[in-house]
Amino acid sequence: MATLDLQRIVKSFDATTILHGIDLAVKDGEFVVFVGPSGCGKSTLLRVIAGLEAPTSGDIRIDGQNVNDISAAHRGCSMVFQSYALYPHMSVYDNMAFGLENIGVPKAQIESKVSAAATLLRLGELLQRKPTQLSGGQRQRVAIGRSIVREPKLFLFDEPLSNLDAELRVSMRAEIRELHARLKATMVYVTHDQVEAMTMADKIVVLRAGKVEQVGAPLELYNRPLNTFVAGFIGSPRMNFLPVALLPDEARQGGHALVPQGTHTIGLRPEHAQIANDGPIAMQVSSVEQLGSTSLLHGKVGADTPFEMVLNGQTSTRGGDTVRLGLSTAHLHCFDSQGLRL
Amino acid sequence: MSVTTFLTRTHGRGRLDWTDWLSYAYLLVGLFTMFAPILWLVMSSFKTESAIGQFPPTFLPYSQKSVTVQGHEKPLPLFLTKTESGELREMAQVRRIGIMATMVDPAKPETEIRVNINDRKPINELQFAGNNYTDLFGKFSFGKYLWNSVFITVVATLLTLLINSMAAFALSKYQFRGQKAVFMLIIATLMIPPTIILVPVFLVINSVGLLNSLWGVILPAIATPTGVFLLRQYMLTIPDELLEAARMDHASEWRIYWKIILPLSAPALAVLAIFSVMWRWNDFLLPLIVLSKPEFFTLQLALNSFQGELNTQWHYLLAMTVITLIPITLVFAFLQKYITTGIASAGVK
Amino acid sequence: MHWLTRLLGIFFNLFEPLFRLGQRVLGVSRIGWLFVAPNLMVFGLFTFLPILINFVYAATGGVKLMPFERPFTGVENFGILFECRNYFDIQTCRKDVFWRAIFNTAKFSVIQVVLMVGFSLVTALVLNRKIIGRGFWRGVFFYPVLLSPVVVALIWKWLLQSQGVFNAALVATGNEPIGWLTDAGWAFFWTVFVSIWAHMGFYTLILLAGLQAIPKDMYEAAEMDAASPWRTLRRITLPLLMPNLIVVLVLAMIRAVQIFDEVFVLTGGGPGSATTFIVQFIYQTGFAEQIHLYGLAAAASLVLALGLMLLTFVQLRLTKASEAGQRAR
Repeated sequence: MATLDLQRIVKSFDATTILHGIDLAVKDGEFVVFVGPSGCGKSTLLRVIAGLEAPTSGDIRIDGQNVNDISAAHRGCSMVFQSYALYPHMSVYDNMAFGLENIGVPKAQIESKVSAAATLLRLGELLQRKPTQLSGGQRQRVAIGRSIVREPKLFLFDEPLSNLDAELRVSMRAEIRELHARLKATMVYVTHDQVEAMTMADKIVVLRAGKVEQVGAPLELYNRPLNTFVAGFIGSPRMNFLPVALLPDEARQGGHALVPQGTHTIGLRPEHAQIANDGPIAMQVSSVEQLGSTSLLHGKVGADTPFEMVLNGQTSTRGGDTVRLGLSTAHLHCFDSQGLRL
Repeated sequence: MSVTTFLTRTHGRGRLDWTDWLSYAYLLVGLFTMFAPILWLVMSSFKTESAIGQFPPTFLPYSQKSVTVQGHEKPLPLFLTKTESGELREMAQVRRIGIMATMVDPAKPETEIRVNINDRKPINELQFAGNNYTDLFGKFSFGKYLWNSVFITVVATLLTLLINSMAAFALSKYQFRGQKAVFMLIIATLMIPPTIILVPVFLVINSVGLLNSLWGVILPAIATPTGVFLLRQYMLTIPDELLEAARMDHASEWRIYWKIILPLSAPALAVLAIFSVMWRWNDFLLPLIVLSKPEFFTLQLALNSFQGELNTQWHYLLAMTVITLIPITLVFAFLQKYITTGIASAGVK
Repeated sequence: MHWLTRLLGIFFNLFEPLFRLGQRVLGVSRIGWLFVAPNLMVFGLFTFLPILINFVYAATGGVKLMPFERPFTGVENFGILFECRNYFDIQTCRKDVFWRAIFNTAKFSVIQVVLMVGFSLVTALVLNRKIIGRGFWRGVFFYPVLLSPVVVALIWKWLLQSQGVFNAALVATGNEPIGWLTDAGWAFFWTVFVSIWAHMGFYTLILLAGLQAIPKDMYEAAEMDAASPWRTLRRITLPLLMPNLIVVLVLAMIRAVQIFDEVFVLTGGGPGSATTFIVQFIYQTGFAEQIHLYGLAAAASLVLALGLMLLTFVQLRLTKASEAGQRAR
């Protein structure tokens, strides 16, 4: 169990810079998720922490100790790879025992540790099988088991669920959360799926183009995104962005202004949009998806700004209708011309 | 990016560690071991006959300078000579009897002096004996040997490409009774190396009257199971629809083979062609048995017979060797990629 | 190039009527036979027929080439080959050269294959690392593979002859020159060395392909598992490379047992019969001696064939075993 500190981590490959100076502090026992679009550098950052890549500059401290010059083998981290990287010629037992053998742990101890991890992950029956004889979910658990057995200071996960089908992903998410609660270990998890991030993280780090956009608890990022990128990335369906010009003048200025001075873009989540007969903005509905418990309205506001709305229950609104939206300051997100929150 | 950054980019860590140094050292030793002998061969092949006999040998072809002196028919060898007065002069040697040598000043050929052979040192200059090569075509029937090798290689390769592509076509695009057996039979042939059927093959070639004929070397080897296998694997990837469309267009099967299959198999044919050229050019055992008359010798046989004599004329032999390895070297230089990928994929199977 | 297409066109037109006829007679499905016929004819005439005739030769004596002119002798030829007063002393054998050849071939094969595959493996491991100009270095080791055995032998013969570079180096360092090819021990050494020099590049290529098929994250996982480079090599790399290694070992063995061309030119089998191997024995007996003893040569070929069959059998067994232990990646 350990803390992790990253200071001004820069990583370049030849002429291209992937990470532009990352600062981060992870507390002991936290479950941190790096999330962002592909190419944002989240996997690179993970590999730098693991020691598989050396940072071009910057410091990495695990439990206060600078590990820049310590090789991956001795940093006390373990990694679950996206492809699992299980040794195909070894049995499940040997896969898990390998790391312990390498550091000279006596056989009896290896046996007890491996069986403990196997029991935890329900792999007891499969110990003598080879990886090719296992299903995707089972292989995943073996990969996790291999990490646990080493009792590392830091658990690293590199998009471990992306090779599983949707249903399996949901159950594995819960399993990993349970594992975290049980082991109380510090875990760093990389994913491109914001749903995974929201459901699993204690703290989310949103990355874009090698820079940290925002760090915070899931709900914090949901309720107070610091810029339009985070606002648009977190939350599904995606937040609606409206140019402030769509609001009538009185809503923009004066004492009853809904939005502060300098607002350039307004953000409103689909689930926070309400129909109000005297609302300031009109929406032309183009189609309605009725899911039974919720209704999804697609349409446009203003000239051609796309807009989506999620309503509880079923609705009588049809495509082609026009509805008026009510705006309450509580749910409006205001961004300036640079996309930053006001 | 600076040069040093480029050179030290290794092992993913950005720093060279001792394993990298060791690796490069190993590779350099390998480079030396593989190429130094060949370089030595080429350099030696340019040495004159006398330079060849010299011990210790030099790397570059040095030979003793000689100069024409008035009053003497042939050019005389030049030595750095110590005269009685102790000075060193460049003098030409007229004759040598025992330990005394008669020297003249090339400018003043009338004055002869006699010196001890230990008082003179040969003056060497770089001399590339190009005549080692040109003589081959004149004095020896090198042109004939070259032609034999070229003829065998070219004809055998063409025939190999033809009949093996035909067989591969049959085995990949047709379903006929006994096809599997034929395929198994061909694979089985892989198990039978020529070394164990030397005598009966000799009989067969003799019986069809192809002993001491270039065709006796060409024909036995044109069917190669490796070739059939290689081509078949490639042809399997040609869509059957192409053939079916052609059949609907009233194309005969031969036309389909010739106009569709062959052009589409060009890459695999290229690889087989390269292999065939290599095998045929380097062939030794079969020609050794089949061709006993010198006028039919291939380059390889000629090289072998040339060095069987008591005093081998190395300067000619070396030149011959160099010429023999030039075609393969050219193929290597330009087509290396084909060869290595062809072997890697065949080996993986 | 226009003449080339014209020539090809003529060739094409030549055969088309033949095949059209065949097509009409045999039908589209059976035309395959016509295409495969030339190959089968060549195989039949020059491979399968000879196998059968080989047995005839082995079971007959005399000096005639034509099989029907040879008297039947049964297993006498084998008897001659294997006749020894004392099986532990080669000198007492009737055909001691035969036994010498077998012994030399066995000794050569084992030593050469082990050393060569060892070097090929090391080279492949080195080439598998992140080095600059890998294609160039691969070519360096591969080039000698392309040279003809005669050329290879002559290159080294030139280096090793009494006035050659090696002896020059010895003399320059104050030592006596050595008869590299006239001393039995050294001659044997050089046959091993030269054949390794000429062939290791080929096997390096195959092993390198096998190494590159191992996914990179396997090594990263091993790194995270605190595996030292040595342990990674022993527990991860080599086991995963095992199928390729087996193929290479057996291929090399089969080649080594049949070695002839370069040795024949390099040493001629000498000094004496120190570097005479089995194929040379067959060649000598059947073609080079005063009297061509075809029967004896055929008998010896069958002994060699038996050895090769055993090797192939071993290979099949080993490959099956390693595949069972691995089951695709």
